[in-house]
Formats: sequence, structure tokens, C-alpha cells
Amino acid sequence: MYISVRDRPAAGRSARTPGRVSSVVVSLGVVSLLTDISSESVAAVLPLYLTTALGLSTIAYGFVDALMQGASALVRVAGGWAADRGDRPKWVAFTGYALSAVTRGGLVLAQGFGAVTALVAVDRLGKGIRTAPRDAMIASASDPDHLARSFGVHRTLDTVGAALGPLLAFLILWAIPDGYTTVFVVSFGFAVMGLAVLGLLVPDRRPRAEASDAGTRMRPFSWRHLTDPRLRRLLVVAGVLGLLTVGDGFLYLSLQDRDGFATQWFPLLYVGTNVAYLALAVPVGRLADRVGRARVLVLGHLALLAAYAAAAVTAGSTVTTLACLVLLGVFYAATDGVLAAVAGRLVDPAARTSAIGTAQTVVAVARMVASAGFGLLWFTLGRGNAMLTVAALLAVAVPLCYLAVRGLGASERSTPTAPVDPA
Amino acid sequence: MRTAPRTIALIVIVAVVAVGMTAFAVMAGARQRAAVLAAPDVDQVELDTVTTGSRVVFRSTAPGVQYGLAAVVPLEDPAGPRAFTDRACDRIDATADQAICLRTVRGIATTFTAELLDSAWETVRTWPLPGIPSRTRFSPDGTLVSTTVFVSGDSYMSSGFSTRTRVERAEGEGYGDLEDFTLIVDGTPIAPVDRNLWGVTFVDDRTFYATAASLVAGKTWLVRGDLSDRTLTALRENVECPSLSPDGTRVAFKKDVGGDDGKFWSVAVLDLASGVETVLDGEERSIDDQLEWLDDSTLLYGMPRVDEPGVTDVWSIAVAEGSTPGVFIPQAWSPSVVR
Repeated sequence: MYISVRDRPAAGRSARTPGRVSSVVVSLGVVSLLTDISSESVAAVLPLYLTTALGLSTIAYGFVDALMQGASALVRVAGGWAADRGDRPKWVAFTGYALSAVTRGGLVLAQGFGAVTALVAVDRLGKGIRTAPRDAMIASASDPDHLARSFGVHRTLDTVGAALGPLLAFLILWAIPDGYTTVFVVSFGFAVMGLAVLGLLVPDRRPRAEASDAGTRMRPFSWRHLTDPRLRRLLVVAGVLGLLTVGDGFLYLSLQDRDGFATQWFPLLYVGTNVAYLALAVPVGRLADRVGRARVLVLGHLALLAAYAAAAVTAGSTVTTLACLVLLGVFYAATDGVLAAVAGRLVDPAARTSAIGTAQTVVAVARMVASAGFGLLWFTLGRGNAMLTVAALLAVAVPLCYLAVRGLGASERSTPTAPVDPA
Repeated sequence: MRTAPRTIALIVIVAVVAVGMTAFAVMAGARQRAAVLAAPDVDQVELDTVTTGSRVVFRSTAPGVQYGLAAVVPLEDPAGPRAFTDRACDRIDATADQAICLRTVRGIATTFTAELLDSAWETVRTWPLPGIPSRTRFSPDGTLVSTTVFVSGDSYMSSGFSTRTRVERAEGEGYGDLEDFTLIVDGTPIAPVDRNLWGVTFVDDRTFYATAASLVAGKTWLVRGDLSDRTLTALRENVECPSLSPDGTRVAFKKDVGGDDGKFWSVAVLDLASGVETVLDGEERSIDDQLEWLDDSTLLYGMPRVDEPGVTDVWSIAVAEGSTPGVFIPQAWSPSVVR
């Protein structure tokens, strides 16, 4: 019944050269790179813009943004469902990217707080819609044996964009003081380029139609696909670990408390994390393909544990700060793309996007709950003890989750339930 | 071959967009430089003519090469010629012999610093700030200094803005982040998960007033802080950015009176002894600043110009029913009165 483990259509298979990353994956990576330059350049200067150009407090903005993060998580499931239902992942993703591009254009014209927050909200919805279909397209286009590496390549390109965006924005503001409009115009330009690459270079593959052409009659999408016990096991594990992932902000604040270096570079600490992440996404993806993706997904949380412990126990220093940024990078490299790689392979391709979207939503919602709950610990136990508590819980949860994911997402050939590919 | 036309289309789109972006950036840069050069000269006087006597220190927002620099005007002629310092500051507070300047250090990696300056505007001490400068105040004798910044450091995969407010001794060493103080509401210590603190005004070197808030609880409190006990005691709700009058009897603040789309802050004054609150509704715009007392009966505050981004004026309003505001220093921000 697990068609998913051998869904390589005959034609596609001969076209694929083992060991090379599919051009679709690279194209989608370029789309994400351009889009992330667009979104992160705006995200980096928006607080400055609101306070210095518009003369507003940003507290209210933070509140709206937090609400939208929640809405975005739920839209992900809807995006996944629409992509599976219509069998058109490319155009669902395109809609999401287009929505965000429109908000960039809107920022050029927008005046005032209400307009800016509304545009940020629409941008978040666009991000929610596109993520799962895009990841499903990566999964369909990739050689199953090198799936995590494919995601690693995509996330590397994506994160290069996320690191370049803020630098580009600050470069513009440095050259043109108060050049916020220029930042928005440039951001809009990159969004349009990303949209063009997606629209023109990425093939409009229809997983279900292709499968039926190849003679494999695939059932249309049904929610029943998502009740697969292996997927449920993954969702539980991802949810539990997500509940122990408390948000980078707390870690950064805890570092900033004791280390002058971290204070000075506080606004850019996340760029440091991104650099570590982009350097490690491909190597960790390769490792995941070799030793088992679900295992790496779980063990990646050890890096998180180490970062929390280091921030809690050691005296603040530049070395501690840099070590924590690298550990966070390891954590993202081992979890972000790998989760999609595992989830996308556990179900029938007809439900792949929904499965990925559901897994990502579970993680996002769990992390939001974690951040809210951790805020309470933070004030009742104090920073160091709160961090140590979460680290200790992770130390208990990781081995249990490791046992729970045995047999999930390991190289499919060794999965007992999978029929062995005769070739 | 179906891909060729698509590739050509892509190249054309990318080229058009790239040329368009570059052209816009170059033109915006040229326009900005031209605007700086074409900016009318601001009437100026030498700095050493205003280093003694009552004066107002502020951030000048007059367009031109001196945009953003700290400047000084004599109290008797605030709208007249100004003396520029060579210090760029986003927020500023001054006493007779020192100044605190919070600034954005622009660059490919934009950072934020606090600079303590002496009477000759030379740097005494510099320390990093974790976010965008928002408020700063000295204690009356200049021993202590408070800083409030907006923190938005983790835009990747998580979000949320908050304020960080610290109190430190001007000569170094501090009392740390006010978030770590015990917050007492109705006699009971509480620990809202999302507490924020901002806008300190000092009574003396032990006692101060500030704003505490919890977004989840939907409340803001006027708190009295005690640096020795490390406590913050809530006095009443809906008082933001307090500022103690020179005679120490009243607190001026911005009061959220609601509005069509959320926040609308009016100027208000609270008599500490009687608890009587007066809203100065002669100011019909929403204000977002920590008020500054010009004297015991007049308040100063900054207000952005609607039609000129980046340009602000300092306004004044008399503390009296029915009073109306007027421009006190044009093209200015963050006023600090040195008596």
C-alpha cells in the first residue's frame, strides 16, 4: 500500500542522474533566495521605519505580528490541501508568492501604521500558503535516496537570501539615509524576479495525473491519507520536540544579558545563525540521507539542548555567543528541511503537500505554545534556571523520541513495510 | 524546444526589473543628496554662546548636512538661531555638565550605542544598546541614567517587539534590566509573561517612576520603582511614559484614550498627592513621546510632520484646562531643558 516509497515514475527515473540535485530543486531554491532577499530586507528595516520615519511605537506592531504568525500556521494546512486537491502544487505556491510580492509593491505606496500592519499580515498569509506546496514539489522532483540533501540545497539558497536581505537593506540606508522607499522598491523588484523564476522555469507537474499516466492508479486526495500511523507518530514526535523549542529570541536575550558582544550585535544575531545554517544545511542533509532522516531530525535537538545549556551555565563571553549561534544553525539544518523530507515520504503522493503542511503546522503551533509557556518559566524561575529546565526536559525527550521514530524516514529501502524495488 | 522562449522571457523580466531597481536607487540617492545640498541654511550661532544659562538641548531635524545632530538654543529664544554640536543623537537628555546621547550607528551592520558626553561634548563613556533608541533620562543630580530601547532582534522564524529598560550609574556599573525587578500590583507580586517596562523619570537616586505593561493582560501601570529594594509598585492604570514635574508634585504622561484604530494618546497630568488627572485635550493629535517639563506649568513634546517624513517639531502646551499647543522649536526632537 505504500506507493509513496516507489513512486518514481519510470520516465522521471531515467531522466534523473543519481548524485545530482534536480534542476527543479535549484530553481525553487533560487525562487526562495530572491523572495527571502525581498522579505528579510523589509523585515530588517521595518522597526526603524516605523519608529524613525513614521514616529510610532512598535509595541502594537509586535502584537499584530504574533497573531499573524498563528494565522499563517493554519493557512499552511489549507495551502497543502488546495495543492493536493487540485493536483496543482505549482500554482498554489505561485499564488502565495504573488500575494507576498503584491504587499511589497503596496509598501512603496503605503502610508501609516494601519496600512503597514495590514500588508505585513497579507505577506504572512502568502508565506503560509506557499510553503507546503513548494516543499512537496521539492520532494516530487528529488531522488528519494537524496531527499534530505535536496532540501538542504533548497534551504541553503533560501538562507543565503535571508542573510543577504538585511545586509542589502542596511547598505541602501547607509548610502541613502531615510531611503526606506528605495528599500521597498528593491524588495518589490526581488519579489517579482522570484515570481518570474517560479512561473517560467519550474515545470507545472501534476503528481496525481502523472501517476495515472504511468499506470499507477492513484486515489484522489482524502483526509484518510493523513491518518497513516507512521505520519501520526511523526506528528507526535515533532509536536513534543516543538513544545521544547522556545524561540531564538529568548536565547538571544539570555546571551545579551551577560555579554557585551551579544548586546552590540544583538540586532544581527539572527544573521549569524543564518550563516551557520546555510553552511550546514547540505552536509547535514547528506548525513540525514545516509543515517536516517527521522533520526537526524530528533538528534538535531541535541544541538538545541547544548545551546540552552551553554547560555544558562557559562559566563557570558564572545565564544559562548558564537557557539550558541553555530548550535542554533546545526539545529535548523537538522530539522527544518529534514522535517519536510520525512513527512513528504510517509504518505501517498496524492496527500504529500497536506502531510508536509500538517507537520509544519504542528511544529509551528507547538513552538508558539512553547514560547508563551517559556515566558512564564522565564519570570518565575529566572533566566538561567528556565533555560536549564528546558534543556533537562529535552535531555529526557530526545532519547524517547529517538526510540519512537525508529523505522520512520530511514532510507526507504530498509523500511520493512516497503516493497523492495526489484531494480 | 519549449524552454527557450521561457528563458528569454525570464532574462527580459530580470533585466527590466534590475535596471528599474538600480535606476530608482540611483535617482533616489541623487535626489536625497540634492535635497541635502539645497536645504535652506538654518540660522546658527556658535556653540560657546549657549554653554551657560538656561537652555534647551535637542536633536535637530532640519533637513541638510546637519540633520540629526544634537543642538542647543537659549531658553529665552527657542525658535531663534541654534548652535550645533558635532554629535548625532536619536534621543538626548542633558544636565548642566553632561549629556546622554542614544544613537543609531548606520552601516552595513546597523548597531545602536549610548554615549555619555561631558560639557564640551567629548565622549566620556560608550556602551552598546540592544535595539532602537526610544527614551533616556538622567536623575536630577546626573548620577543615574536610564535608557529604553525597542528590541526586534529575532525576525527569523520568530517575532515580537519588546522594550528593554535599564538604569545605570553614569560612571559605569548598573542596576540592570528593570524587567528583573519585582512587580507588585495591589500588594501582590505578579509575573506577567510579557511584561515590558519603559519611560523612566527619576525622583532621586533611589526612587523613580516608569511604565509597566502586559499586552496579554491588556494593562499598563504607572509604577514607582525602588532601586535599593529592586521593586516596582503599581500606582494606577493607563499611565505611560511618566515625567516628573520640577517641583516633584505632578507627573505628566501620555494617556491612551482609544481611537478608531486602537491607540490614541492624549497629553495628561496627574497630581500625585490628590490623584486628580487632567487631560489636556487642546492637543487634538495623538502624541508619542516622553513629555518634558519646560517649567512647572508648561510641557514640551516632539511631533512628526505629516507631510515631511523625518522632520519633527517640538511643541509646547500650558498645563491648564482648555490650553492649546504651539510650536516651541521648529525642526527639533527629544527636547531636554537645562536650567
